[in-house]
Amino acid sequence: MIQSLPNSPVYKYGYRLYIALFFAFLLLPLIAISVLAFNDTTSITLPWKGFTLDWFFADTTARKGLFSDADLLQSIWISLQTAFLMAGLSTVVGTIAALLFEQYNFRFKNLLYFFAIAPLVIPGVILGISILLGSTYVGGILDTKFGIDLEIFGPGFWLVVLGQFSFGATYVMLLVAARLKKFDFALEEAALSLKASRLESIWYITIPFLKPAIIGAFVVAFLMSFANFNTTIFLIGSDPTLPVDLYSRIKFSSTPVLNAVSFMIILIITIVATASVFIKKKK
Amino acid sequence: MQDNKKAFYFLLIPVLLWLVMLIILPHVDLFFSSFKPNSGEDTYTLENYLIFFQDKIYWSTFLYTTAYAIGVTLLAFIVSFPVAFYLVKVISPKHAAFLMLMLLIPLWIGELVTIYGWVILLGDKGAINESLIFLGIIDTPITMLYTNFSMIIGLLYMSMLFMIIPIMTTLESLDDAQIEAASDLGASKFTIFKSIVIPHSMPGIINGSIIVFMLVIGDYLAPNILGGKSSLWFTEQIYNQFLSTFNWNQGAAFGFLLLIISSATIWAALRLSGQKLEKVEN
Repeated sequence: MIQSLPNSPVYKYGYRLYIALFFAFLLLPLIAISVLAFNDTTSITLPWKGFTLDWFFADTTARKGLFSDADLLQSIWISLQTAFLMAGLSTVVGTIAALLFEQYNFRFKNLLYFFAIAPLVIPGVILGISILLGSTYVGGILDTKFGIDLEIFGPGFWLVVLGQFSFGATYVMLLVAARLKKFDFALEEAALSLKASRLESIWYITIPFLKPAIIGAFVVAFLMSFANFNTTIFLIGSDPTLPVDLYSRIKFSSTPVLNAVSFMIILIITIVATASVFIKKKK
Repeated sequence: MQDNKKAFYFLLIPVLLWLVMLIILPHVDLFFSSFKPNSGEDTYTLENYLIFFQDKIYWSTFLYTTAYAIGVTLLAFIVSFPVAFYLVKVISPKHAAFLMLMLLIPLWIGELVTIYGWVILLGDKGAINESLIFLGIIDTPITMLYTNFSMIIGLLYMSMLFMIIPIMTTLESLDDAQIEAASDLGASKFTIFKSIVIPHSMPGIINGSIIVFMLVIGDYLAPNILGGKSSLWFTEQIYNQFLSTFNWNQGAAFGFLLLIISSATIWAALRLSGQKLEKVEN
């Protein structure tokens, strides 16, 4: 079983076969998409009709490629903006939460921490409908009682950002807290004894130490936002994000442009993931 | 000390805003909304919950979803455990790092794209059927897409990584010498797994099961895109109430019931294993 113990060939090769099948299962959908993005036909699947780049570049009524499909490009643009803002907000508040829970003791700390990690175990659907109900309620009160009509409380771009941020901050907090546990507080104490204020010592000593974790957490939050569907679907207004747009296309109007978009996502993620592994190795 | 207080409030206020505005208040509102009639009258009623218990389609879907979620969690454990063991104990860390990368890529690509990949693969004219026909193994396509089979594939695919990682974490702390000692004393592989490896990785198994169960019971895309007409998932009822019939209060009641069943299951799992929620994250 482990390397230092003898194994029968049946066990050894049987095990390897299982692992090979498992990874085939894992990669099969990605390979299928990547190949069929270049298929010269209007059907999303086999048979193979020859190689084409139409699903990326064509601009005819029968075939609209990814780069000439204005609706698709628009939803990608919305998703990028959402992801950028959500990741930024999550990184700031998540890092602050990590500092607060790791370095301070206060009343109701455990209760607050419970709420901070709750998004890990609350289904995304519930977060979505709760935030929709909550914001509609608050917006309604402001409108009827005070005559203030704020767009931010209705479904739309900002509500999506806030809704995704509600769980994004949790993941950032956990990633940053993991690194904060390795921090040597003697460094901060040294800064404090040299008359730095508490906030100065956090800003000049602790944050630089946390920088790799903060950058990593930003990327994680960005990717979570870019792929999110379950929470987002309840909060969008008239401008869909990419997953919402893709969902309605899969349900109602599949063309190989879906393969082309998916292929681009697969390509970018694979490059980013591989690069991050190599950067880590160099360090 | 004054300075320390200032820093404390500086950190506390944004965190409070996040938790109160986006976690606590919305869920309180979910709770109260579920007791309000859809007519908009300002009263409280049990109507939304009564409809759930009176209408068979709702409670049967609820039970069906819970049962399937437990089944998929079990399946995810069976499929994932050998992989986790292989990555930690059988191959070198260098190869394991490469395989880990392959595990993580589908996760970051996102559920929607990978589920779409299964639509392409499993359809009657999909890649699998076409290949099997081309190879002469079958004559007519096997119906796989829009069945419970394809739904389970999708649910398993999107959730199994969350079973593998916690199990790997616990296996890393298992000393190889313990396995060697057992083997020297004549224990069979089955005994070693049953008496040493599984008990040692139990915390990871519980953590993984909690996360997988929560992801599966709360999933929408796999049942909706890959499932058939008979694969009714409870989240679909919530979506319908919110996005088609616009009965938000009814949807809130369904949402609250989903929250209760997922919290209760997690609580039971933690009680049975004697763990705390704080530990799940690791």
